[in-house]
Amino acid sequence: MDSDLSPQDKKDLDKFIKFFALKTVQVIVQARLGEKICTRSSSSPTGSDWFNLAIKDIPEVTHEAKKALAGQLPGIGRSMCVEISLKTSEGDSMELETWCLEMNEKCDKDIKVSYTVYNRLSLLLKSLLAITRVTPAYKLSRKQGHDYVILYRIYFGEVQLTGLGEGFQTVRVGVVGTPVGTITLSCAYRTNLAFMSTRQFERTAPIMGIIIDHFVERPFGNMGHMHPCNYRAPAEEEGGYTGVEDSQEVCTTSFSTSPPSQVRTPPNLVFNFYIRLLKKRKYGPFPLQVTTASLDLPFAAFAPRAYDIEENDPMVSQQIICHFKSPATSSPLQGSLHSQGSGESGVPAQDDFVMVDFKPAFSKDDLLPMDLGTFYREFQNPPQLASLTIDVSSQSMAEDLDSLPEKLAVYEKNIDEFDAFVDTLQ
Amino acid sequence: MNCRSEVLEVSVEGRQVDEAMLALVHTILLHRSTGKFHYKKEGTYSIGTVGTQDIDCDFIDFSFVRVSSDELDRVIRKAVGEFKDAMGNGTDGMGQISLEFYQKKKSRWPFSDECIPWEVWSIKVNVVNLANEQERQICREKVGEKLGEKVINIVEVINRHEYLPKMPTQSEVDNVFDTSLKDVQPYLYKITFQITDTLGTSVSTTMRRLIKDTLAL
Repeated sequence: MDSDLSPQDKKDLDKFIKFFALKTVQVIVQARLGEKICTRSSSSPTGSDWFNLAIKDIPEVTHEAKKALAGQLPGIGRSMCVEISLKTSEGDSMELETWCLEMNEKCDKDIKVSYTVYNRLSLLLKSLLAITRVTPAYKLSRKQGHDYVILYRIYFGEVQLTGLGEGFQTVRVGVVGTPVGTITLSCAYRTNLAFMSTRQFERTAPIMGIIIDHFVERPFGNMGHMHPCNYRAPAEEEGGYTGVEDSQEVCTTSFSTSPPSQVRTPPNLVFNFYIRLLKKRKYGPFPLQVTTASLDLPFAAFAPRAYDIEENDPMVSQQIICHFKSPATSSPLQGSLHSQGSGESGVPAQDDFVMVDFKPAFSKDDLLPMDLGTFYREFQNPPQLASLTIDVSSQSMAEDLDSLPEKLAVYEKNIDEFDAFVDTLQ
Repeated sequence: MNCRSEVLEVSVEGRQVDEAMLALVHTILLHRSTGKFHYKKEGTYSIGTVGTQDIDCDFIDFSFVRVSSDELDRVIRKAVGEFKDAMGNGTDGMGQISLEFYQKKKSRWPFSDECIPWEVWSIKVNVVNLANEQERQICREKVGEKLGEKVINIVEVINRHEYLPKMPTQSEVDNVFDTSLKDVQPYLYKITFQITDTLGTSVSTTMRRLIKDTLAL
């Protein structure tokens, strides 16, 4: 098989495959860092940009990839895999996808190595860039932060897909034929994102390869300072890693907030919203009575001031008392939140709590519907216009008719004004 | 040589038209652009470097990668903007953007250069109007998923490694590549569009273009 290839071509091909593998790993890991990637085009070739693409080399990632390859190249029966998984703050983890760089036996003897193979590998890397933004793990990785992080693991050898759960899908990124075999790049990704218990994911360390743990001592302690900017751009084509620490505490991922809905939110983000039904009368548009002065709410100034309810007003059927509880303090607001004008003060028993879903239109999240809900209810019950409350019934028809001539005289007197007004309208 | 023709279809809401078109056109151009060629004395050439950039859509749950070239982006945005304007605002309708890659074949006087397409991408767009915010939210996600599928389709076609124009010599480079940009070099391409109104009759800008082309001597 190899005898047809000139020594120079063989050497070139090996080099291309090696650097293709390294760049593939870089593209995949960088696509899961959780941030947007941007590299500059350059019209003058610098000689260090493999495959004519500006792909930065994160030294730690190159280091791990080289460790996994251990001097070998992806070949027939020897696949290079990058496994992407998610790990929560509670230690549960889940494999999301596995990218496989494989080679099969189908050879293309006539293909030109230094030209066609190189250009097709470049095209394949571009396809990889596009596809890494399309699989489900991309969106998850963009939202990683307080509740979970995305990890990667590189291994060499046989492809392991069992951790992806049932019904995983495969997308083929592309193939490139070479004189020694056909390189294929594909991704198998999990479709069943239902969370499983830790026990199912306790597994032995892989035979080859390592888990890159991106945590420091306290997982999710303070993620704000963990930034991907702690790598240097490569000076030479080798990726330029000097002085890379072997410590597993090296972190190159960045974190952002907004956790996914399936994962439990940590306690410091919990708002408990209690609504009590004190008088179980018929519902209707009801005024929200909360003294918001002591609440640190946005739009607190717009919440209605508590006003008197008539004891016998049939429309007032509910009083709403909001508790905003943070675990650090034990609801300091509790005492001040009783509505005024209510005959029944005092905190009712826990049993009286009823969770009512208000969900005003356009309200984006359910944590604080109150401000929008308040506004919504306010404008449903606007105060009457002063001009409409004139007691018209007191004026009789006869009186109306009598006053007409007077009115007409006034209008005739001002006829010039009216004409001028009409002129302005034309 | 036969021209390869690929069709992609998407249904989007009015305000998603721009981003959906940009996403697909840029994905195709990413694969059909190289770095700038620098020819050397011995007839060899070196190729510049193409940078890439992640773009997040505002009205669609989707992100895509484009070539890092503001110049190219401006050209594409302008074309997509014209398409969007032609589609009208707030009305249902169907339209099609065609991204055509071609080669120029120089002819002898008095004939003008021929433009021979070798790959045509037709992106059919169906614009729908949605009634409320909830539907729009669902649409954001659905269109995002659909665009993901289209990107996979595009990549599938590209990776068949079918016909590509031969790498040209220095004198021929303008017949194969668009060398007008400073930082990247896409294959020669043109973007045209066609609007179909809701009755299904065709308001053909294509006809106009054909006539213009034949008359341009």
